[in-house]
Amino acid sequence: MAMTETFYEVMRRQGITRRSFLKFCSLTATALGLEPAFAGKIAEAMETKPRTPVLWLHGLECTCCSESFIRSAHPLASDVVLSMISLDYDDVIMASAGHQAEAILTEIREKYKGNYILAVEGNPPLNQDGMSCIIGGRPFVEQLKEVAADCKAVISWGSCASWGCVQAAHPNPTQAVPVHEVITDKPIIKVPGCPPIAEVMTGVITYMLTFDRIPELDRQGRPKMFYGQRIHDKCYRRPHFDAGQFVEDWDDEGARKGYCLYKMGCKGPTTYNACSTVRWNNGVSFPIQSGHGCIGCSEDGFWDKGSFYDHVTNTHVFGIEANADKVGIAAAGTVGAAVTAHAAVSAIQRIKQRAGEHHEENDKT
Amino acid sequence: MLTGVPTVKQTAVYVYQTPVRIWHWVNALSITILAITGYLIANPLPTLPGEASDHYLMGNMRFFHFAAAYVFIVGFIFRIYWAIVGNSYSHQLFTLPFWRRSFWSELVHELRWYAFLEKEPRKYVGHNPLAHLFMVVIITVGGLVMIVTGLALYSEQTGLGSWQDELFGWVIPFVGQSQDVRMWHHWGMWVIVVFVMLHVYTAIREDIMSRQSLISTMISGWRMFKDDRP
Repeated sequence: MAMTETFYEVMRRQGITRRSFLKFCSLTATALGLEPAFAGKIAEAMETKPRTPVLWLHGLECTCCSESFIRSAHPLASDVVLSMISLDYDDVIMASAGHQAEAILTEIREKYKGNYILAVEGNPPLNQDGMSCIIGGRPFVEQLKEVAADCKAVISWGSCASWGCVQAAHPNPTQAVPVHEVITDKPIIKVPGCPPIAEVMTGVITYMLTFDRIPELDRQGRPKMFYGQRIHDKCYRRPHFDAGQFVEDWDDEGARKGYCLYKMGCKGPTTYNACSTVRWNNGVSFPIQSGHGCIGCSEDGFWDKGSFYDHVTNTHVFGIEANADKVGIAAAGTVGAAVTAHAAVSAIQRIKQRAGEHHEENDKT
Repeated sequence: MLTGVPTVKQTAVYVYQTPVRIWHWVNALSITILAITGYLIANPLPTLPGEASDHYLMGNMRFFHFAAAYVFIVGFIFRIYWAIVGNSYSHQLFTLPFWRRSFWSELVHELRWYAFLEKEPRKYVGHNPLAHLFMVVIITVGGLVMIVTGLALYSEQTGLGSWQDELFGWVIPFVGQSQDVRMWHHWGMWVIVVFVMLHVYTAIREDIMSRQSLISTMISGWRMFKDDRP
């Protein structure tokens, strides 16, 4: 692969100054939580390492991950990262089309066998032989399996690829499944969210290219550095939660004062993501900051977990929706009434029995 | 021995040893605190006015929940230990004679007694079969489910790598996601609340109407029988 350009060469060719390049390296090191010395390491890696090709496939999805990614608000990052990762195939934003575009997939597979990263946005539907998602005249699931066969690792962008998301929500007519249910023999990095945060996406990919390894993952395959804690753990409204100060209504005093949205169904306590630290749109805000609870979009099956506006959500068992509190109170009430009735009957029974025994005793004498 | 004296049946048996009795009442207290604070964590009290730094209501609520939970867990582990070293009645909480036919026929008899279809209940030194079944299912199995789901939820705040996470973190993806574990933990609370209602009622009723002591037994340890018939 001697003829392959390094990242640095690509960047310079694209008109990025060395000064901007070094700025990017130090900012990336900071974003990844690395010590200052790593800025130099990142720069060195980018100057010497050949670019790792990334093939970005799109399955059943809404393209919100791409929309998020291209807005990576990190200064320069959107430009630099797009060049840097040598995005050789991305049918949404690439210039080429048709057979020309599809030929790239075959070319990269052969030329960089076992050395390219496969990024998947969206997921494959399996029903009707995968007919619900056709790419280049063939079911997406076939393209996915072929391209995955020779890749180094798979990045599952967004909740679609990671968990299934809206198309996999009940009743899932197309039988859409997350990527890891189809590709089982490759390391898979899940970057859930609907969409994931732009800086999380660029951060994950930069880490993989810089260190030539996949980031440390949690039990469910998500990078620990972005998904290690809940929204709740780093929420700036947490003091109001601990104090017991809640928004009780969308237009009450608490809402104006920015109290905790827990009672309005905020899923911050059950959602693993970096929104409350990295935030969105160049760190401007995130849902809770704008006064609406977290809907838990980076959690598995969040569409099917009851209302976004209830804390005690409905549980779906055997096709029945039920709220634990409502059922619990009803059950406790019923049992209470039954116990009272039973006690009354028991008392009557006992009085009768006593009377009977009394009679017997009287009869004996 | 004097002749002519009728052979007196044993009318009192030492059933619940002191540690079991202490465990019972500590457990009762911890379950009460757990249910109340648990309900109020899911459905917090009305908003408090003033500065956030003036209050720590939810923080305290959660503290009492976790403290009571640890008492419950330590008690549970102790109870397993006591089932091993204690008397034969102390095993009942962890053993169900599932394959013994008489257990099921006696269970039916007990159910008929509660349905006013039997004139007289049978005598039991330990638990009656119905109580036995409920204790195993609710206290042992139910308690274990609450401990496992509870520690899994607790691991979310102690964080990745904590012992709670190492031992119980797997529960969350196993059940689905964090919200699912919360809801099942919450359902568990209601199951236990309903059980406690039944338990208190039947204990009082049995104490009055059955042929043996119930409530005083959990205080003194001695089971008193009210008659000498078998």
